[in-house]
Amino acid sequence: MSTPFLSLSALSRALERREAKPSEALEASLRRIGRVDGKVHAFLRLTEEEARSAAQASDDRRARKAPLSPIDGVPIGLKDLFCQQGVETTAGSRILKGYVPPYDATVVRKLREAGAVLVGKLNMDEFAMGSSTENSAFGPTRNPWDLSRTPGGSSGGSAAAVAAKMVPGTLGTDTGGSIRQPAALVGCVGLKPTYGRVSRHGVIAFASSLDQVGPFAEDVRSVALLLQAIAGRDENDQTSSLRPVPDYTAALESGARGLTVGIPAEYFGEGLDPEVEASVRSAMDLLGREGAKLAPISLPHSPHAIAAYYIVATAEASSNLARYDGIRYGLRAQGARSLADLYERTRAEGFGAEVKRRILLGTYALSAGYYEAYYLRAQKVRALIRRDFDQAFAAGVDAVLSPTSPTPAFKLGEKIDDPLAMYLNDIYTVPANLAGLPGISVPCGFSKGGLPIGLQLIGRPFEEATLLRIARATERAVALPARELPL
Amino acid sequence: MAIDRKTVRHVAHLARLALSPEEEEKTARELGRVLDYIERLAGVDVSSVAPRTFAGDASLAKESMRADEVRPSLPREKVLKQAPEHDGSTFLVPRIIE
Repeated sequence: MSTPFLSLSALSRALERREAKPSEALEASLRRIGRVDGKVHAFLRLTEEEARSAAQASDDRRARKAPLSPIDGVPIGLKDLFCQQGVETTAGSRILKGYVPPYDATVVRKLREAGAVLVGKLNMDEFAMGSSTENSAFGPTRNPWDLSRTPGGSSGGSAAAVAAKMVPGTLGTDTGGSIRQPAALVGCVGLKPTYGRVSRHGVIAFASSLDQVGPFAEDVRSVALLLQAIAGRDENDQTSSLRPVPDYTAALESGARGLTVGIPAEYFGEGLDPEVEASVRSAMDLLGREGAKLAPISLPHSPHAIAAYYIVATAEASSNLARYDGIRYGLRAQGARSLADLYERTRAEGFGAEVKRRILLGTYALSAGYYEAYYLRAQKVRALIRRDFDQAFAAGVDAVLSPTSPTPAFKLGEKIDDPLAMYLNDIYTVPANLAGLPGISVPCGFSKGGLPIGLQLIGRPFEEATLLRIARATERAVALPARELPL
Repeated sequence: MAIDRKTVRHVAHLARLALSPEEEEKTARELGRVLDYIERLAGVDVSSVAPRTFAGDASLAKESMRADEVRPSLPREKVLKQAPEHDGSTFLVPRIIE
């Protein structure tokens, strides 16, 4: 293959025209991983053998012009919290080291049924708790644009693998920004669909009322193709919606004319890096010139999102993570004197500092005497945050535009000893999770120091097609010139 | 909001997490800081709303229940294979009755 590092949508086209073969695309991916991942550490493990046989089967289908889908033969990486039958799945935690799931997550099954070639498992903050991938029990991932910096998190491996052109597409999860923030920090596109659009069956849970699965890729069309493959009802996830899945590429090139983009004052306040603000505002103006109507709006409860989030998310996590007890799978501490001792020691040895911190905070928030002051109040603030968005949508706003992250990528180690500073990274992304709305991060520029900057668009529930259309119009309006990775 | 070590020990026990004395000290400090930040929720007027306890697609919640019928589950030997200790038919745990 002459140009091995095509975006997912370009590769899909090349495969369709038989200018490239799936097995060649896979070998190009594996070569690139071999060359650069020693520095980036995006992958925790590769599944080369399985990938080669999947690529060969795809070669045959492509030769017969009978692909299963537009992504048939495309190499894909998976965040290490998707259960993949027969492949170790750790969620970035010592407590699951060596765990080999006996079944596939629904999204993994759907990718296989679409003909995708699963290349390996990607690094992440332990149990998706973190914004820098430094909370992985297996060492941090580095930002391909500057190896001394973080790629963001928690899906840092998924973002870095795409940015470093190791694979054209990956899947991650987003509970408070874990797809959008790393996408912004490494300069790729990352989509968090509406809560309920994609099944979470077989996805290791963090906070069940917030977790959602979504794709990373180089451009908007590529994430639309990936969403197409994974969206839809799954009877194994009762929260997955029965709404039909529309065609996500049909209106992709329709432009922004006639659409209204809301600009919330609360998302451009204190703490926003001036270079990020300038870059986002410049993209906003370009989108306006493409015909989008820009409307100043107010989302007055969004500034309370982080506080509400750290109650709701940790409360749910404290419950979800109760299952790691050393009995059914994963780590078991040695030398326990009793069952209670076994639980306490296994969890003390198996969980990292941030996971313990969140379990304790969540347990505290749910404990006798605190439930009403914390959990119940947080769920009410959550309702107010959603109501603000509903009012903006009712007034004609099609999508809300803001920065994705208040700063470009920060240094490894910079915030690891200051949990609150780390939490505040997610200040613009958390509201969409609390409100259950779809959000996407699109690259919009670079800092003077050469670090990527992303902007976020938040859409109406289940209107990913419109959100992707505005994201595509933004991408076209911004027209970022190609940049050489310093790798 | 300051949290004392006694509270940390109580919460750690509820969460079945053994903490070292240093971890107790650190947790008390860090949780105190995070709770200080979270205190801001006390100033929000929440009198006009009900808590958002169902995050999903509420309009279709009823239809999304599936039939309550018996179906095959994962084979026992496949599941037990992941257990730290088992005897071929059940999980093994430390003795709980002396």
